[in-house]
Amino acid sequence: MSQHAHEHARVPFWRNPQIRAWIYQCIMLGGLLWVAFTMYQNTLANLEKRGIGSGFGFLQNEAGFNIGETAPIPVLQGGFLWFLVALIFGLFASRAIAVWLKKQDKTITSNDKTVFAVIALVGIIPVLVLYIGSDSISFTRYTEASSYITALMTGFANTIKVTILGCIFSTILGLIIALGRLSPNWLISKLCSWYVELNRNLPVLLQLFFWYFIVLQQLPSVRQSIDIGGWFILNNRGLYLPAPVAQSGAWPFCLAIGAAFIGIYFIFRRSVRLLNECGTPGKILLPSLALLIGLPALVWLVAGAPFTLDYPVLKGFNYRGGIDLTPEFTALLVGLTVYVSAFNAEIIRSGIQAVSNGQREAARALALKERHVMRLVILPQAMRIIVPPMTSEYLAIAKNSSLAVAIGYPDFVSVGGTILNQSGQAVEIVGIWMGVYLSISLVISLGMNWYNAKIKLVER
Amino acid sequence: MAEKIEDRRPPVTSTGTVGWVRANLLYPWYNALLTVIAGWAIYSAVKPFIQWAIINASITLDPAVAKEYSGAAWGFVRDMWPVFMVGIYPEEYRWRPAVALLIILALVMLTLVERFRGTKWLYALWGCSPVAVFLIIHGGFFTGLEVVDTHYWGGLMLTLILASVAMLFAFPISVLLALGRTSDMPIIKSFCVAYIELVRGVPLITILFMASVVLPLFLPTDMELDKVLRAMVGITMFFSAYLAENIRGGLQGLGKGQYEAADAIGMSYWQKTVLIVLPQALRIVIPPMVNNFIGILKDTSLVGIVGLVDLLQIAFATTSNPKWFGKLEEAYVFVALWYWILCYSLSRYSQHLEKKYASK
Repeated sequence: MSQHAHEHARVPFWRNPQIRAWIYQCIMLGGLLWVAFTMYQNTLANLEKRGIGSGFGFLQNEAGFNIGETAPIPVLQGGFLWFLVALIFGLFASRAIAVWLKKQDKTITSNDKTVFAVIALVGIIPVLVLYIGSDSISFTRYTEASSYITALMTGFANTIKVTILGCIFSTILGLIIALGRLSPNWLISKLCSWYVELNRNLPVLLQLFFWYFIVLQQLPSVRQSIDIGGWFILNNRGLYLPAPVAQSGAWPFCLAIGAAFIGIYFIFRRSVRLLNECGTPGKILLPSLALLIGLPALVWLVAGAPFTLDYPVLKGFNYRGGIDLTPEFTALLVGLTVYVSAFNAEIIRSGIQAVSNGQREAARALALKERHVMRLVILPQAMRIIVPPMTSEYLAIAKNSSLAVAIGYPDFVSVGGTILNQSGQAVEIVGIWMGVYLSISLVISLGMNWYNAKIKLVER
Repeated sequence: MAEKIEDRRPPVTSTGTVGWVRANLLYPWYNALLTVIAGWAIYSAVKPFIQWAIINASITLDPAVAKEYSGAAWGFVRDMWPVFMVGIYPEEYRWRPAVALLIILALVMLTLVERFRGTKWLYALWGCSPVAVFLIIHGGFFTGLEVVDTHYWGGLMLTLILASVAMLFAFPISVLLALGRTSDMPIIKSFCVAYIELVRGVPLITILFMASVVLPLFLPTDMELDKVLRAMVGITMFFSAYLAENIRGGLQGLGKGQYEAADAIGMSYWQKTVLIVLPQALRIVIPPMVNNFIGILKDTSLVGIVGLVDLLQIAFATTSNPKWFGKLEEAYVFVALWYWILCYSLSRYSQHLEKKYASK
């Protein structure tokens, strides 16, 4: 033993792998710090040479440029601030409940009281806060006199708009294409597989240019618009749809819809409970439909019409009123949706095909109905394979929406680029871009990871 | 002895063409409906395209004559295709990219011959080829060729150069990043994780902007990087992160026994990595790496946004010239054809490799 220790002591320290590892790491850290320091020095020298200041103070300056598409941005004060506080508090509180339950080896769905508490914390209380404080919520809309911050927030809102719609539509379209490829119909299956091959082998920028410069330019001018009963008007200046305008009954109506969804959730749970206890599932479809239609309809009758429609009308040289989707927005949304749907279709198809045939045969042997085979046996297993790659496709939509800059849709990157050109604050703008996109990616990953953890195989 | 009964033939409606059509297109009734709808969709999309691209098209080199046809003016592509290939590369030197292409093609041919594959001199030739291609296209140095600045590079040539350079430089960087991410040294590991996740969390366009406007600020005041080089740095940075994740997959796909066996016979870290781990791990990730290359090839089209004239931007450059003004459709079809052929053949190649390695 003592001899062993003696031998150990004789090994020179640079032969000890642990010490060596630390030496390597110290050298690397030193190198990195040196590079960072040199870059910092160079940046200061370069900025001085070009006469550009540093820091984020410039964000308060007046922007002075025009943004083609603005969304109302809630001002961070009064009711909206309280709403955010309530929402964040609710999220953290429900997270704490989940952790506490996990410690006691329970799941959150095991107790109706906790489910209701979570729903109340995340949904009902923030909405109530929003309702109570609705008088003190004010919106600003970007004008040329607004600050750079407002401009960036407008761009951010536009990015989020395209991303969310793109995720929804590309999933639906991808699902349709995937089912088409799996169809026994030869023609449909070939058509869908050519759709996939065509779209995923062309750069997304090329596709955006195609939609924007070729397809949308072929549309008729304002005077010759395609008009379907005043509801749907399409011309080369954009797509016009009637917009709902909130009336006094809007609040109770929305609350009624929310309540109906909560009710449907409990109907589902009751059905599952009955299935486990008595062997026959409780009724779902009729009570749910009754709730979903009946409750809002009742509120409509009592509180009056929640919305009126504002139709687009031709005034002067253009349509006014209604929802107005600019050609840039339409091209970006269609381009991203079509491009990503090809990838989504492949992911969904391979997920469904990866479920072994034995599962299907076993389910049929148990005399499950064909729709139950799909819903209860195939889809839950396919989802486990589909969700992780789907997450990266959603991230790809968020990131590819930045190509808006090429067709002039005022998204976050495009607005930031304009500010960069005006103010020359390159480091700050690129820093803001990266920070914001990292946060978006983080939120999408967190959400999808949470969903993935819920559906993944529980191994015991 | 019982009389032999001839096998009855299956009914004519379930075999041959008729049976196939019945089973694949018409049965049950909603399939017939779907077939009709799909057929109508194909017809209504393809008919105008054929009319535009073939029936009403012209291939005359004279724009005035081409105006009389309502369809595509393919004369534009006939006239302009060298510009699509090399951009504004000086006309009298266009033979140089052609020679470079020939060198690469010759090397590919040699590699296809089974007998030469894996020989040292072939590896050496491939190793020299990037330098040779650069010298021929750029000129200068000891070659005695006129220098053609990167400012003049463009078109398909620029697209391919950007993609190959990005792959060439991203590969060693990504191997190091992947090794760092799987190592147990905390500082190196956290640096690699931070780099990979940062780059994967932001769009390529912000990295390109960074490379084109922020990178010059980081360098000493008297140092100038040209535009193409900056784009190369950006694309390389971007793809090394994605490639590193692929390679990490390969490293983790390797059995633990391989690492332990190498440790057991007393190999050092680098011996273990270079001789045991990487050769096996890299073989697993070749198909995903080809897919990665397809991604690079498609995403190089973004360099147009920071002012380079790649294959996609050439479409705008050529159609804004007064001679063939506004022939954007023809330009797009031509550009799309190139991208599609390159990406599709590469993706088929990656599928082929996947099958080949799976059966081994």
